[in-house]
Amino acid sequence: MAFLLALPAVCAAETLQIEGSTTVGPIADAFAEYFMRSNPDLEITVKKTGSGDGAAALMDNRCDIATMSRFMKDKEFKGAVEKGIFPVAHVVAMDGVCIIVHPSNPVKELTTEQIRDIYMGKITNWSQLGGPDMAIVAISRDTSSGTYETFHEKVMNKEDMAGNVEYVNSNPQAHARVKTTMGAIGYVGLGFVDINVRALKIDDIQPTRQTISSGTYPVARPLFMFTNGYPKLGSTVYKFCTFHLSERGQEIIEAKGFVPVTAY
Amino acid sequence: MGQGSVNDALMPAAESHRPLALTPTEDIRGFLAFHLGRTFLFVITCTSVLAVFLIFLFVIKEAFPFLTEFSIVEFLTSAEWYPESENPRYGVLALLTGSAYVTIVALVFSVPVGVLAAVFLSDIVGLRIRSVVKPIVEILAAIPSVAYGFFAVMVLAPWMQTKLGFSTGTNALNASLVLAVMALPTIISVSEDSLSAVGRELREASYGLGATRFETIFKVLIPAAHSGIIAAVVLGMMRAIGETMVVWMASGNATQIPSPWWDLSQSVRTMTATIAGDMGETEKGSPHYRALFAVGMLLLIMTFCLNLVSEYFLTRAKRAGGKS
Repeated sequence: MAFLLALPAVCAAETLQIEGSTTVGPIADAFAEYFMRSNPDLEITVKKTGSGDGAAALMDNRCDIATMSRFMKDKEFKGAVEKGIFPVAHVVAMDGVCIIVHPSNPVKELTTEQIRDIYMGKITNWSQLGGPDMAIVAISRDTSSGTYETFHEKVMNKEDMAGNVEYVNSNPQAHARVKTTMGAIGYVGLGFVDINVRALKIDDIQPTRQTISSGTYPVARPLFMFTNGYPKLGSTVYKFCTFHLSERGQEIIEAKGFVPVTAY
Repeated sequence: MGQGSVNDALMPAAESHRPLALTPTEDIRGFLAFHLGRTFLFVITCTSVLAVFLIFLFVIKEAFPFLTEFSIVEFLTSAEWYPESENPRYGVLALLTGSAYVTIVALVFSVPVGVLAAVFLSDIVGLRIRSVVKPIVEILAAIPSVAYGFFAVMVLAPWMQTKLGFSTGTNALNASLVLAVMALPTIISVSEDSLSAVGRELREASYGLGATRFETIFKVLIPAAHSGIIAAVVLGMMRAIGETMVVWMASGNATQIPSPWWDLSQSVRTMTATIAGDMGETEKGSPHYRALFAVGMLLLIMTFCLNLVSEYFLTRAKRAGGKS
């Protein structure tokens, strides 16, 4: 009997569809968990397939919030406007892309030019950078990930990478490859740096929460949630997109290894 | 058919309560039931055929704009795959050779092992052990490919770096080894079936002529079952060439043709891995998206041809089995 009574309530529950980036996904997941715990009638689904998918879903009105690790491309923006969708960006956190090497590697800092030369195949051995005589194994994220785009833009100046650069399809996998390969260099979000890999100083700046949120660290990017128009004040979408400003929201963002946009 | 047999066939009907002469309604109902049932079953059978046609149609439709806009010759002969570059280049050659590398090397490992294991199961070991071993071999096929991929990245890759001294553990050899294991159940199972289908007569005749077991296996049984074994190899090859998750995780995905060509410790990238890796975030309808469908079409054509080859050999194997 209780089940029967509960059924209409489930049907009437408010639902929130979130789709997009694998990088912003963990933040959205944690926010959703918090929201659903405090409001059992709320049903939030978070899909994490990629920023492009998020943009496409928002364009087709298949989601309420598109999570993206990059800003919308011209074409996506225009496509959305043509369909009567007006994307509004909410920056929820900052993500520093850290250049990581094996912890046994004596090289502690590099310049963006040196990293670019490594990925372009001009520098192929660590001895050219003051390290041991060991071949460099350059590891990149797949060309369609948001992390790749940030790296490609901020470090590579949009130059093509050499043919022998290896590609992996997730942050944990990039981390795993660098952790197990002596000569490897790779890049992951700040949240994925731990004692098993070492994040390099870039242009003399150590990637930390402060340098990333203040924008001095060169390889950092904002993380977005896109909505169709600015959400109605007080609505669930509004609460969700502004949750990162609350103390609890900031704690969650830090716990996930990202950097809150609010300085405090 | 003579008159008598018709009467015999009608006898049981006469004994039952069913009248011999049907009324027009019953006649029509029977006619409809027969034809509607037939049509229904025909439609059901057609769904899978239709699915194949629709897949072909869809892939060709999505790839067609790419094939008209870009040169097919360049697509097939350029090794430069830079789809997201400022100056995009869509050359599939490195991906094609990557697929060929991992598939061929996987077969080099899995065919001898698979065929010998099949010989062992069909001719050397007793029924009791075979009935235990064969299902276990088939379980290999049920392990999800991502589990193999995980093993390749976390266990095989570090092992290759520390023990074999390769600079990178995710390479052509790593992917090939894992694919070889994945192709084994297909190769063992189908070869074993075709070896078992070779009749007892051939074996006994061979032993009767004084041949040893070794001679019987290699000079009589394997030649007699060769059609089925070739079909097994082609099926294993299709398994390897179409596999995505494992190669995406284990091959390193570097878009290059290894040089020197025999250096399997270098990373390669396959067509399947490229499609799986790039499709997630490409803009729908962009040249990159179309190029991925063109790669898919190429892959589809290749597996289609392989499928025809395996069909040919499987039917030959069946015919040969029927004759003996």
